[in-house]
Amino acid sequence: MASSSTENRLSRYRVQGLLVIALIAFAAIVAGCGSSDSSGGGSVEVVAYSTPQTAYEEHLEPGFTDTDAGSGVSFTNSFGASGDQSRAVEAGQSAGYVNFALETDVTRLVDSGQVAKTWQDNKYKGIVTNSVVAIVTRPGNPEGIESFQDLIDKDVEVVTPNPFSSGGARWNIMAIYGASLNQGKSEAEALDAVKQVLSQTPAQPESARVALQAFIGGAGDVLLSYENEAIVAQTAGEDVDYVVPDDTILIEQPAAVTVDAPQAATDFLDYLWTDPAQQIWQEEGYRPVNKALVDETRFPTPSGLFTIADLGGWDKVATDFFDEDNGSIAKLNEELGVEAQ
Amino acid sequence: MTGSNRLTRWSLRYIALGYLGMLLILPIGVILVRTFDEGIGAVLDAITQPTALSALKLTLITVIIAVPLNTIFGVVCALIMVRSNIRGKAIINALIDVPFAVSPIVIGLALVLVYGQNGWFGADLAAMGIQVIFSTPGIVMAVIFVSLPFVARETIPVLQEVGDDQEKAAETLGASSWQIFWKITLPSIRWGISYGIVLTTARALGEFGAVTIVSGRISGKTETLPLYVQKQFETFNSVGAYSASLILALLALGTLLALNLMRRKEN
Amino acid sequence: MTAEAPAVSPAPEAGKPTRAGVRLPGVGDSLNKGLVVTYLGLIVLLPLAAIVTKSFEDGLGGFWDAVSSPQAVAALKLTVIASLIVVVINAVMGTLIAWVLVRDNFRGKGIVNSVIDLPFALPTIVASLTLLVVYGKDSPVDINIAFTQIAVVVALLFVTLPFVVRAVQPLLLSLDRDMELAAESLGAGKTRIFWRIVFPNLAPGIATGIALAFARALGEFGSLVLISGNVPFKTEVSSVFIRGQIESDNLVGASAVSVVLLAVSLLMLAAVTFIQRWGLRHDR
Repeated sequence: MASSSTENRLSRYRVQGLLVIALIAFAAIVAGCGSSDSSGGGSVEVVAYSTPQTAYEEHLEPGFTDTDAGSGVSFTNSFGASGDQSRAVEAGQSAGYVNFALETDVTRLVDSGQVAKTWQDNKYKGIVTNSVVAIVTRPGNPEGIESFQDLIDKDVEVVTPNPFSSGGARWNIMAIYGASLNQGKSEAEALDAVKQVLSQTPAQPESARVALQAFIGGAGDVLLSYENEAIVAQTAGEDVDYVVPDDTILIEQPAAVTVDAPQAATDFLDYLWTDPAQQIWQEEGYRPVNKALVDETRFPTPSGLFTIADLGGWDKVATDFFDEDNGSIAKLNEELGVEAQ
Repeated sequence: MTGSNRLTRWSLRYIALGYLGMLLILPIGVILVRTFDEGIGAVLDAITQPTALSALKLTLITVIIAVPLNTIFGVVCALIMVRSNIRGKAIINALIDVPFAVSPIVIGLALVLVYGQNGWFGADLAAMGIQVIFSTPGIVMAVIFVSLPFVARETIPVLQEVGDDQEKAAETLGASSWQIFWKITLPSIRWGISYGIVLTTARALGEFGAVTIVSGRISGKTETLPLYVQKQFETFNSVGAYSASLILALLALGTLLALNLMRRKEN
Repeated sequence: MTAEAPAVSPAPEAGKPTRAGVRLPGVGDSLNKGLVVTYLGLIVLLPLAAIVTKSFEDGLGGFWDAVSSPQAVAALKLTVIASLIVVVINAVMGTLIAWVLVRDNFRGKGIVNSVIDLPFALPTIVASLTLLVVYGKDSPVDINIAFTQIAVVVALLFVTLPFVVRAVQPLLLSLDRDMELAAESLGAGKTRIFWRIVFPNLAPGIATGIALAFARALGEFGSLVLISGNVPFKTEVSSVFIRGQIESDNLVGASAVSVVLLAVSLLMLAAVTFIQRWGLRHDR
């Protein structure tokens, strides 16, 4: 290739140089458009699971800053899958207030010393919202599903997050299990029911929200999810219906403050238990923990509602069922795998 | 002969276009349609949201740091791999390829194992007030990691091919090694470097998996544009998600366009 | 002559005698090597060492238990087989596409050439959702392959598209057409010309592209999230399995399977380098 003249080469470098300068200038301008920090009554670092994002950002945080205790408080927000977020805080992510999808994600932080052991020593045992496991269906519930047993009897395709990659999915598993027990089945039969449902899954996405998207995108006939997830989807205009079976589990979503959190974080947590805040939660699709506030027309209490405490509590269940070597669900997975091959 | 030539040419062309159509063009078309589903106003609105702009800014910062660093590394690496007689080339060669071979999930895990609170250096760094993971440095490191090999890999074969006759000649004429590098070597490998930069930039822009794990996802602070895309999907804001993806695609195309412009200007 | 779009190829043979006399800029070979090694060490080696160390935390037995569990093995099988299929398809289609982009001329060729790199720049989650929309239940072209193993292959084909194409293009560009024309005038058929004259020159590029595509496919995660279904023993690939291990707080297991994946990739890369060197030697 013929060598270019010095002039050409210089002008080429000039072009490249200009491009670089332009890029840096652009970046600097964009950088200059950053938001400024607000000073005042403290700052709360919220680290939570993904579902309540809108609730916090658009209603609860503004609601709190409107109160005396919350005046001047600023927030930073981080939302993601519950297990991911919990692990992140354990690995050093800065957090003042945490809210996860299940208790074991808080226990992890208690074990690491970041959350006080006394986090449950209050009226609501550290639980800030409730929900229930629901069966999300296509519009009009064409398959006519009313209970978890129907899933098996009608042999429908079920989408559920993978219980080993989604802590929240464990609620689904325990709902099926507990519902079977409620119907008088033995523990072995209940496990079998879980196994049966798991064998009917075309997709086990890694988190509850991804499962919802997969379902909306056409996966499966029904989706096992939280009631509040279904409501969020409907509010966003997605075409889904949901059924709350008579026998289902009460989902209890814990919140806590970290040991070195500022006072504002504790105030925020206290605020979330006040009546106005609980009403906001209800409007966002959650069941208030304050039973007196529950709107029975919108959130009727299922006749066979049970809690994780009825099944032994999360510590026991996590070991017995979800230990990935010896847990009964892990064994189910293996049996299913062997049968599939 | 002409007839069968044309037939071959057409069948090859249409097989290629058919494949690309199904695999690439159709999905991209779908993205474009869905992006502008609610009109161009909605798109402009979506990309000027403060959180979107913060995400864009963070992505640009990581790219502006990662690309020049990896470029310098790539060029120096090419020089020592092709023009020097040092030992350990095979190991360096293997290490350059590692980012290609590692899953993004693993990269995130590895960075946490090294720089996390319970990792090798996390506690010590925290004591010094430096936070790597869940802060911008961690994200930058993840992006550097995944986009590391491209400039090196593009430049090495070019440097091999051009040979060093001109350089040797310049040396006998008394030029300093810096002059030789700047005036002779660098121009001869400029297309390898440029193309490497294009690929590095594209890869750095789109990195998702590793950043997912190390970022901390603090809205407005440690959320890159790909993470922002995911969050918009998760909150059923598909226009927001697709608009942000469009920005990423345009940025990547922009670098390629710049390259083509430079090439055309030369020829 | 310098190629227009340079290829991405494995490193030159180590130990090849240096072109004597040309000093490197800066303070010379050692410092440059020091810089490279430090950079690589900090960015690549350190995290890598952390993974390997973690994987053997429970000893050799722990490592073996983690990688030989039925679910891990099933995931690895699916991952490797899908990646191999993808690699074969890429070898053929990538070369074909590169051929068309270089030798053919049609309207819109420039645009097609530009979008080839998009799979790199698009966040993988976008790829995943788009593929679900196009090839899922509401497919505009009436093709529904979501949540099957085919979906895994399609997603992998999408993200590995640029590798072989961009590796072969520059080689095609710098090819000397005279040999082909001579062979044609001597009466050789097109197929013969391709295999005997063109292909040997493209082989290094194809090999490189394959190796990189394989490595990428093995570790791919984001683009599979929505479209593959992730059902253990059916449509779960190794990277998803690894993530599951991380979620279950089993970092040792996650690291162990990662090490296996990494080893398979590096083996493939090494094999490609070896074959190339062997090819070069036989050329002479």
